[in-house]
Amino acid sequence: MTDFISIQTQDFSVAEQLQALEEDNVSDGATVIFTGRVRDKNEGQQVHSLTLEHYPGMTEKSLAAIIAQARQRWQINRVRVIHRIGQLSIGEQIVFVGVTSPHRGDAYAANEFIMDYLKIEAPFWKKESTNDGDKWLDAKQQDNQKAQSW
Amino acid sequence: MIKVVFFAALRDKLDCEGLTIAHTDNIQCVADIKQQLCEQHPHWQSVFAQQSILSAVNHTMTDESFAVKSGDEVAFFPPVTGG
Repeated sequence: MTDFISIQTQDFSVAEQLQALEEDNVSDGATVIFTGRVRDKNEGQQVHSLTLEHYPGMTEKSLAAIIAQARQRWQINRVRVIHRIGQLSIGEQIVFVGVTSPHRGDAYAANEFIMDYLKIEAPFWKKESTNDGDKWLDAKQQDNQKAQSW
Repeated sequence: MIKVVFFAALRDKLDCEGLTIAHTDNIQCVADIKQQLCEQHPHWQSVFAQQSILSAVNHTMTDESFAVKSGDEVAFFPPVTGG
């Protein structure tokens, strides 16, 4: 049972993350990874880049609490969450969630749960740069509904 | 003293990253802090009223009835949009 949580400006290697999840780990037959990247459009409008801000201290605590909840619900072992901050261009990786478990059902569910709660509880904020200038994104009601469905 | 911090769009609208306020008898909970801030900065009232604002005490999300004490860090911010 190991949690790895990193808030960082630099990019990450999915291959390295996968290796960290699976290396010397023969008890877990399932690994589920999720990677989120910057889309070129949001609500029909061209996006040039995103700037991500967070609340240092609370972010890490919030992610640790989300992972702890997932551990209570599913049999999962290694968990790695990376979230980037700062300015990101289209196509760049923003977020990584990786979970291992003896069985795929728990790994799939826990990974999605962590991502769903990250979206509504972890204190990150996105500012979008578009042709109309910079604007802070509004939270989506559907993200709340999705998380509350668990 | 209570440290108050703001983030993202809320910080930009208030044009303030944070401040400290004295923990007086009038301040029992998060809502009291908000009220005092609006009394001290009347033009902030419309900003706080405009959108839903979340709050956290010592890095944990709370509702506005949450009790505060001297030394706490209280944060106000818009609904989060990470991921």
